[in-house]
Amino acid sequence: MATPVLNKTSAAQAATQTITLAKSINLGLRAAMEADPKVLIMGEDVGKLGGVFRITDGLQKDFGEHRVLDTPLAESGIIGTAVGLAIRGFRPVCEIQFDGFIFPAFDQIVSQVAKLHYRSQGKVKLPMVIRVPFGGGIGAVEHHSESPESYFSHTAGLRVVSCSNAVDAYWMIQQAIRSDDPVLFFEPKRRYYEKGQLDLDAEPYPLYASRVLRRGDAATLVAYGPMVKTCLDAAAAAAEDGTSLEVIDLRTLSPLDLDPVFESVRRTGRLVVVSEAPRESSLSGEIAARVQQECFYSLEAPVLRVTGFDTPYPPSKLEEEFLPDLDRVLDAVDRSLAW
Amino acid sequence: MSSPEQWTHPEPGVAPAATAATPTAEQVIAGLRATSEGGAELVQLLTPEGERVENPEFDKYVADVTAEDLRGFYRDMVLVRRADREANALQRQGQLGIWVPLLGQEAAQVGAGRALKPQDMAFPSYREHGVAWCRGVRPEELLGIFRGTDNGSWDPIANRFHLYTIVIGNQVLNAAGYAMGQRFDGKVGDDDGEATMVFFGDGATSQGDVHEGFVWASVYDAPLVFFCQNNQWAISEPTERQTRLPLYQRARGYGFPGVRVDGNDVLATLAVSRWALDECRHGNGPVLIEAYTYRMDAHTTTDDPTRYRLSDELEAWKLKDPIERVRVNLIRHEHADQAFFDSVQADADQLAAELREFCVNMPDPPPERMFSNIYADPNPQLDAQRDEFLQYLAAFSGGAH
Repeated sequence: MATPVLNKTSAAQAATQTITLAKSINLGLRAAMEADPKVLIMGEDVGKLGGVFRITDGLQKDFGEHRVLDTPLAESGIIGTAVGLAIRGFRPVCEIQFDGFIFPAFDQIVSQVAKLHYRSQGKVKLPMVIRVPFGGGIGAVEHHSESPESYFSHTAGLRVVSCSNAVDAYWMIQQAIRSDDPVLFFEPKRRYYEKGQLDLDAEPYPLYASRVLRRGDAATLVAYGPMVKTCLDAAAAAAEDGTSLEVIDLRTLSPLDLDPVFESVRRTGRLVVVSEAPRESSLSGEIAARVQQECFYSLEAPVLRVTGFDTPYPPSKLEEEFLPDLDRVLDAVDRSLAW
Repeated sequence: MSSPEQWTHPEPGVAPAATAATPTAEQVIAGLRATSEGGAELVQLLTPEGERVENPEFDKYVADVTAEDLRGFYRDMVLVRRADREANALQRQGQLGIWVPLLGQEAAQVGAGRALKPQDMAFPSYREHGVAWCRGVRPEELLGIFRGTDNGSWDPIANRFHLYTIVIGNQVLNAAGYAMGQRFDGKVGDDDGEATMVFFGDGATSQGDVHEGFVWASVYDAPLVFFCQNNQWAISEPTERQTRLPLYQRARGYGFPGVRVDGNDVLATLAVSRWALDECRHGNGPVLIEAYTYRMDAHTTTDDPTRYRLSDELEAWKLKDPIERVRVNLIRHEHADQAFFDSVQADADQLAAELREFCVNMPDPPPERMFSNIYADPNPQLDAQRDEFLQYLAAFSGGAH
């Protein structure tokens, strides 16, 4: 798991580079394709165009149309045929163009992708990755800003991860491709152009592990994907006012890795969970339930949640109100501290 | 003139214009013929009376079939039917939770199954007990699904027979992907090429996944034979609820050949399947086969066909029984004597006895099985949940409660 996938082309470049999250996934995909000829990219417009977000830019040109497949416009078809290709021994990396378009493939994901290993008692492995640009904040029309991760973390047999920054994106996509389990890979599309310092010689962090990104002792913030930056910004602002917040990036949503969260909450006594997804029946609720079970005597305040509302994702002129932001996070922190 | 595809677009001047809602008498008759007899384009090599009829197009695909081969197909069908009837009885006696009978579809499945070569792959739905038999999956291995001890016990890779897929139509896309992989692997293009065959029913043809499978297989030139067993009924709904057009004709719209074969004729099904698989392994896939057959029993043991179909329909189809026509042919040509038929019957009875013995002795799975093989890689969270539950169970075994 911790062995870095390096390739000569990439390694020959400067060891540390400033890179966007989008480019980082692109480089990660490239490295995975160079390392294993069975890795295929498939999706709508991923070839010549390089994907609507250009995440697969240049890959078809360099690896050929037999490795990077511009597929017919049918999401169930993308996932359903990827299942067959995976049975055949390929490692398909599927792109779902936008979060809200994954639902035609929901049947294949839940009924086949998630269950074939179980059904076959381990005889059939499905080493496939389903990449999903998710979340809002880009001023898009309906179906382009959703956070459907809980549907998948609720389904046994799937791994669900989300990267929050360029460095993780590079390693996590390669680790997900190497995983023998099917992985839903949620990419924070509003953070695609955030930059990070990628060190190709660094030891990558394990895939299925959450990570403390900022130490603090007054309260703990837990987030994943696009909300991690929001929480880091909130912690920076709080620090100016003398409040020290700990920030944890979950990274893995199924299975959850909550030991670092428990450890943190036992120190801080306060937890705010931040997510763009609607609140009801969500991952944020699952985290709150487990923390109260494991940290009951350490809690100084109820676990609070800052989430999207239990509405459909609104028209984009309202998304600033819908999405948790720095102020709403700090408001929750204040309420927790004042409890 | 008499083809039902003209219900919606009659040729000018040939028949009066009509809409689907108000077909002409001629069109109604044509439609009935298409759904009750298979229509003029039905490929048939053995009539229901066991008479071998010539077919210039498909004869060559069974030219090598010897009397011994035909006896083998007869034996296959009798044994598959016997196992099916035994499993049905086991359900009635409470040994299986449910059974999905294949009665009446033996020829379609043995014809297709025996056309597959060892290197080929097959993706079944959940009624393909006859194909399973041909792929070397024992009837015993099917039972766990229906007794509730597992979700499929055979090795789909070793048998080159995927696990049963219960969600209608899902496997068509999975098979299309697998066939694409055969092509990507360079295994298509000569006599030793590989092909895939996917099985589904008339009801499944309404599913989006089947449509997408047609699209994907065609645009990627996948070596995939779509084997649709039109058994006339999707639980209670007749084929007319799924389509205006004979199903095999749908292939034209996707740009590949479609053929309707008498699915109660093992020889014709074998010939058409061999042709279709050959087309695929040489790179001319995909191909659609509509095997025109009849579900002689209920959809499953929980179903009651008397609520939705007339018994004289079943009586009519009994006259086209897939096994009987082979038996008559073997006798007529003196290719089998009574000793042969007796030995097949004895084999069938023994198979049934073994199946029953196996079934009633199947152990229940241990509780920890529920938690196993969900993931390929470790999952500590799930392991903790399992351990907690096993500890809970262990507390009872000491008599503490």
